[in-house]
Amino acid sequence: MTAYRAAPPATLRIVPLDALTLIYHRASGITHIVDAPVPEILEALGEEALTVDGLLARLAERFDLADADPMALAVRLDELVTAGLVERR
Amino acid sequence: MRHVTSLRIGPMGFRIGSDWRAPIAALDDLYRDYPKPDGGIPDFNVHLFAARPWRRFIRPSVHIAGDFVIPDAAPLPLEMGLLAAEMGMNLQMALGQRRYLLLHASAVERDGKALLMTGISGAGKSTLAALLMARGWRLMGDEFALVDPATGLIHGFPRLISLKNEALPVVQAALPGARFGEIMEGTPKGTLRHLVPDARAIAAMAEPASPELILFPSFGFAAEEREVLPSEAFVRLTQASTNYMSLGERGFDALTGLVKAVPAHAIDYPDTDTAIAQVERLWGTR
Repeated sequence: MTAYRAAPPATLRIVPLDALTLIYHRASGITHIVDAPVPEILEALGEEALTVDGLLARLAERFDLADADPMALAVRLDELVTAGLVERR
Repeated sequence: MRHVTSLRIGPMGFRIGSDWRAPIAALDDLYRDYPKPDGGIPDFNVHLFAARPWRRFIRPSVHIAGDFVIPDAAPLPLEMGLLAAEMGMNLQMALGQRRYLLLHASAVERDGKALLMTGISGAGKSTLAALLMARGWRLMGDEFALVDPATGLIHGFPRLISLKNEALPVVQAALPGARFGEIMEGTPKGTLRHLVPDARAIAAMAEPASPELILFPSFGFAAEEREVLPSEAFVRLTQASTNYMSLGERGFDALTGLVKAVPAHAIDYPDTDTAIAQVERLWGTR
């Protein structure tokens, strides 16, 4: 089972603004402008490695998820891995 | 280079060399009250050169070169030599600036505080900056505003103000005693004329100011105003910056600091009188 964790905090600069959050990825020098649920995913993952189901359960604890879809979450996570904001374990 | 001059605009020193006398003579005239580069050493070099030796005389056409160049930039006719020099200086700033976060914006100052105005070409950045100068604001620049990542302060770049097309009569009427360059017709941006910033703008060019208000003007629409949230201001200003990417994390810090601290508004305006009233009111209620 693939597990995910957030990129090490030292590699990210996260600045929440009004509706959106800015994430500067030090390794690539790229600025990401993200909306929910990306900041929430990064915070829920932290440095702990979680499976998709484990992460979904944690998000469900913290937020009132209307459509808890593991497939959609897995797709989001793969996008974040591509961007370098999340790592596979 | 046969003809050479040097000058300082805000914190940046330039050395401009040319195969022809005319563009250098125009620069020396219009920039006659500007200081020389600090310590005599320029930050950037600009060269205006003939494509072939004989093109110095026959249908002379001016190529722009310098420390940083865009390949295949189209040459300009010699009558537009001053424009070529200005474009060359802008190009060095846009491509080579590393010390400051460079915003494609005009800036004016009042009481030590800076108003930034940015938008697409034709939005009225230069026109509004010139008209505000006529009303007693200190002009900091009509093209570039420099954000110091170390302090967050805005440094000015008060080059010659570049006025285009319908802005020309409006600004000439507002500043009847000002010094203007020659009228250049048929440039890539239409009819163009340079305006020399007033004595105060030149004397205070090295004084930074604290950013206080950001405006995104749009000309040609019914008068309207709306607040711009920091996230939208951030996106718009990254688009208005030529060196955001190359500054890396310093640029990120400078820009996030700016949009978090400084309120921003979009203003649509049908004419400059309306715009000036909008600016003064927003400045008063910030």
